[in-house]
Amino acid sequence: MSKVLVIAEHDGVNLNGSTARAVSCAADLGLDSIDVVVLASDGTAVAEQAAKISGVSNVVLVQNPANEHAVAAFLAPQIESLASDYSHVLAPSTTFGKDLMPRVAAHLGRPQISDIMRVESTHVFDRPIYAGNAVATVEAPEGLVIGTVRTASYKAASNDGSASIETRSVDVTLPSHTRFVELASGGGGDRPDLQAASKVVSGGRGVGSEENFKIIYSLADKLGAGVGASRAAVDAGFIPNDHQVGQTGKIIAPDLYMAFGISGAIQHLAGIKDAGTIVAINKDADAPIFEVADFGLVADLFEVIEELEQAL
Amino acid sequence: MKILVGVKRVIDFNVRVQVKPDGSGVVKDGVKMSMNPFDEIAIEEALRIKEAGHAEEVIVTTIGPKACQEQLRTALAMGADRAIHVLTDDEVQPLTAARILKALADKEQPKIVLLGKQAIDDDNNQTAQMLGALSHWPQATFASEVKIEGDTATVTREVDAGLETISVDLPAVISADLRLNEPRYVKLPDIMKAKRKPLETVSIEDLGVGHAAAVKVLKTTAPAKRQAGIKVESVTELVTVLKEKGLIS
Repeated sequence: MSKVLVIAEHDGVNLNGSTARAVSCAADLGLDSIDVVVLASDGTAVAEQAAKISGVSNVVLVQNPANEHAVAAFLAPQIESLASDYSHVLAPSTTFGKDLMPRVAAHLGRPQISDIMRVESTHVFDRPIYAGNAVATVEAPEGLVIGTVRTASYKAASNDGSASIETRSVDVTLPSHTRFVELASGGGGDRPDLQAASKVVSGGRGVGSEENFKIIYSLADKLGAGVGASRAAVDAGFIPNDHQVGQTGKIIAPDLYMAFGISGAIQHLAGIKDAGTIVAINKDADAPIFEVADFGLVADLFEVIEELEQAL
Repeated sequence: MKILVGVKRVIDFNVRVQVKPDGSGVVKDGVKMSMNPFDEIAIEEALRIKEAGHAEEVIVTTIGPKACQEQLRTALAMGADRAIHVLTDDEVQPLTAARILKALADKEQPKIVLLGKQAIDDDNNQTAQMLGALSHWPQATFASEVKIEGDTATVTREVDAGLETISVDLPAVISADLRLNEPRYVKLPDIMKAKRKPLETVSIEDLGVGHAAAVKVLKTTAPAKRQAGIKVESVTELVTVLKEKGLIS
């Protein structure tokens, strides 16, 4: 019997939306069943959310005080001890999964398939290379497959499942060499999470200052959108790094992406390729962002936002 | 203490990569090659740790064909003390690379191994974590700040939720993210000096490392292209088209 194990990403309270996207990829494998493992210190609430993901048969809840924060060196040995029951172990290719899965793979002596964007068969996958400028079709060696899932390539599995929840104790000795100190969040407030948002309003260097970014936030709030930024805007100190969209930031696939004052460097475009509709507003008619935008408007972004605020 | 830094020779980040029409890979002939940008940041950080008095020696290593010496010389010109070239013409995947780095770490006994978080060719983002696993060392990936105090490193990491700080005991593996530092420019006299710095060549067999089970690349294709859309003339027109598509109400 072939089963896939998906590692849940969560913050101790809420299941991250990336998990349901990884489940969609797992479903494409066409195996006998999909399990989700929640590694947490107190994970009942998260496990209940995971049990609702459509297509999941069983949620495995592993509770350990060491799992309060997602430290790869603690989580990896626990996943390794579960892996023998499965043919595939997948996690979302977020910073959580990227940090964790190679540690699991190496301990098990398996190579890893990073950023799966399409499943061709149980062992053949498409994945982006060269910042998405090429796609490699790769075949994993026979046996256990360890992979991360490019979340922008998959829609979240729906939320009408009813999986069983099974608490498992995993008996492994965990190292003491790593300590969590703190997490400083960029303070997105109540705005939707960038990777889960159906709409994203994004600002670039053209926005000009941290102060000016307020109008981006304001428009985003009006649309119920998440707030993104180009690397140039982050490097200039206009907005914290967790808003960065692009190859080195977040790769997103909202239904609507609105880029204000973003020129469209290759590394930024790599992060928005899968967006449904891209709108670009830029003063420079030759900006590369217009080559990928569905709707482009050559204009001053401040005037456009003012007009938009009135029109919406 | 010693710091070991791994670097990789890749197609320069400014090159627009072309997929070969026969699907056998990307065009590399006559294309400018450079040190992976994240690895350059890793070298810079190692040098800064040394300059702050926390380390005595920075050793740079690479795995690959003869031409990779060029990147080792660049690292030596930046200020690394010596280089180890693991010479091979075979393609080396992350798990094998991690085994090789572990063998080097066993031999050289560094307190820190610094690597770029990913190479911009295969974009795997695996080697540092795999080395951490194989060595049973802590890992601090995607670092944007590193502070060394005695036998611990406090590392700020760029994660999706913001900036996470962890503290790890040394020895540890650290992978460099973009904002960790800005690498220095190499000056001509340093390039001359680098030519006299020691560069040792070893083979994978010398290190007693076997190739791990490998992923096979079946074909390489160009990604589906997004079509450029239309230009609208006014905000009113933009609002109309977005409403028609049901994207705004």
